[in-house]
Amino acid sequence: MGSRSSHAAVIPDADSIRRETGFSQASLLRLYHRFRALDRNKKGYLSRMDLQQIGALAVNPLGDRIIESFFPDGSQQVDFPGFVRVLAHFRPVEDEDTETQDPKKPEPLNSRRNKLHYAFQLYDLDRDGKISRHEMLQVLRLMVGVQVTEEQLENIADRTVQEADEDGDGAVSFVEFTKSLEKMDVEQKMSIRILK
Amino acid sequence: MFLLLPFDSLIVNLLGISLTVLFTLLLVFIIVPAIFGVSFGIRKLYMKTLLKIFAWATLRMERGAKEKNHQLYKPYTNGIIAKDPTSLEEEIKEIRRSGSSKALDNTPEFELSDIFYFCRKGMETIMDDEVTKRFSAEELESWNLLSRTNYNFQYISLRLTVLWGLGVLIRYCFLLPLRIALAFTGISLLVMGTTVVGYLPNGRFKEFMSKHVHLMCYRICVRALTAIITYHDRENRPRNGGICVANHTSPIDVIILASDGYYAMVGQVHGGLMGVIQRAMVKACPHVWFERSEVKDRHLVAKRLTEHVQDKSKLPILIFPEGTCINNTSVMMFKKGSFEIGATVYPVAIKYDPQFGDAFWNSSKYGMVTYLLRMMTSWAIVCSVWYLPPMTREADEDAVQFANRVKSAIARQGGLVDLLWDGGLKREKVKDTFKEEQQKLYSKMIVGNHEDRSRS
Repeated sequence: MGSRSSHAAVIPDADSIRRETGFSQASLLRLYHRFRALDRNKKGYLSRMDLQQIGALAVNPLGDRIIESFFPDGSQQVDFPGFVRVLAHFRPVEDEDTETQDPKKPEPLNSRRNKLHYAFQLYDLDRDGKISRHEMLQVLRLMVGVQVTEEQLENIADRTVQEADEDGDGAVSFVEFTKSLEKMDVEQKMSIRILK
Repeated sequence: MFLLLPFDSLIVNLLGISLTVLFTLLLVFIIVPAIFGVSFGIRKLYMKTLLKIFAWATLRMERGAKEKNHQLYKPYTNGIIAKDPTSLEEEIKEIRRSGSSKALDNTPEFELSDIFYFCRKGMETIMDDEVTKRFSAEELESWNLLSRTNYNFQYISLRLTVLWGLGVLIRYCFLLPLRIALAFTGISLLVMGTTVVGYLPNGRFKEFMSKHVHLMCYRICVRALTAIITYHDRENRPRNGGICVANHTSPIDVIILASDGYYAMVGQVHGGLMGVIQRAMVKACPHVWFERSEVKDRHLVAKRLTEHVQDKSKLPILIFPEGTCINNTSVMMFKKGSFEIGATVYPVAIKYDPQFGDAFWNSSKYGMVTYLLRMMTSWAIVCSVWYLPPMTREADEDAVQFANRVKSAIARQGGLVDLLWDGGLKREKVKDTFKEEQQKLYSKMIVGNHEDRSRS
């Protein structure tokens, strides 16, 4: 009864995860419970199927792309650290993150650059570091379904790539992507606040 | 050696006496009231005592947590994350506005930043979504001395542990055997009673006997689970030729409703004990049992139900349109089958009080036997049943709209959240129509409607 605690001690490697992602103890505990709730068969990891079962995600036009982002490098399972690592991109930026910027430490996962990189990844289907016109077309198709004709979509894709492309290689690199969104309040638009 | 003998017989005598006393008590306080449908109020008293103990236990725990400076983890009933209820259009416009300094006219176009919206929405659902929450047991805010609901509470004090230990002893060694004995009695009486009634010639006497045999046995089962039920608005109870529709949390729902009214059951034919019970019941009065193969054929099902309903001498049908067990915090989409038949629908809302025992059957987690054992080792099952006024399908609404109307009424009465999602979501993927709607909305933003297109 009382001696079984759901303290952070129950989460394996809690400290290193906390350091890497910057989540508070309480937030991490909530996410851990969420992970366990999604892992219906108690396997200890999540598969694509588990994430596909989330109804509200299945109706998101980019649902599949988002699910893919949890399985980098062709893996088929994501464990809790991996799960939290992706979610950490959406942690709101607090002042303490920008103050203690130790040049030796790796950039926090929820930095502006990393948030933009996450969005970039959703476009970059083959993970080659560039969004080609073809990839742009495919992602656009996901977002609009059958509502838009091929011709219209091609126009949009062409225009977008042209506007963002600076070195003229016909694709949008991460730097170009960042530049075209430099005025965007990325920190606010790509953040999800976890309630206490 | 010799000295043991007198003690031996003493023990045997004591055992014999206590068993007799137990059985007499059982008979007098439980079975006889069940037959006549009266109550001594013992269960209500039990409930009040338990509540006082739980309140003390929670207070003790909160105090203990404060002393040790631990943060007592309060379960989040309102969600993990902060969400803004804005529409797709508004949010994407917001995003675009914050990104460009040029004045935003309403010409439809695409921006790279549009993806942020879908990205964030998707991530939000991964962190917290309405449906997955509905399918795991509701989280309690105070502890009811059952270790199975104790996710977050740590060791606090000796007194509490002793109390918990005492609770375990009482539940497993006293209540459980008692309940199993009662359940056994109830079920055997049902099977025997209905078989006997089956031999009577058809007529008013047979109906009378059948009704009372059914009611008596269900009441015994109710006591076997120590279910404390409060019925509201009993004047709206379902009548012959109608369909009784209720939200579904566990198989116990059937026992709860059937102990207060005489219904015709609908279901699949099972093997084993359930099969025996089903065959016996159908001898006394017509229930609607389907073979496994027939269940798939919707037209056949609808036809049989319609036939039953049109015969005014037959009993009201009891149906659970959600199709699966939900965790009693919300009502999911009702399947339209029962609403197409055209009979009067009598909605019933059932709400369990989770403080005494969680009645939700998570069929992917527990089998039936495990579930029943869990029920029988809880403190009690406390629930409220509301009989809502009858509803009929209006001329201008189709089955789906009617189903939704009934569902809203039930959700409102029971204080449950009315969700659009299909209960089948638990096991299947969602339909594509919802995704299409999102895509339509977004397309409008980047290419406009067909009329705008010709202008540009």
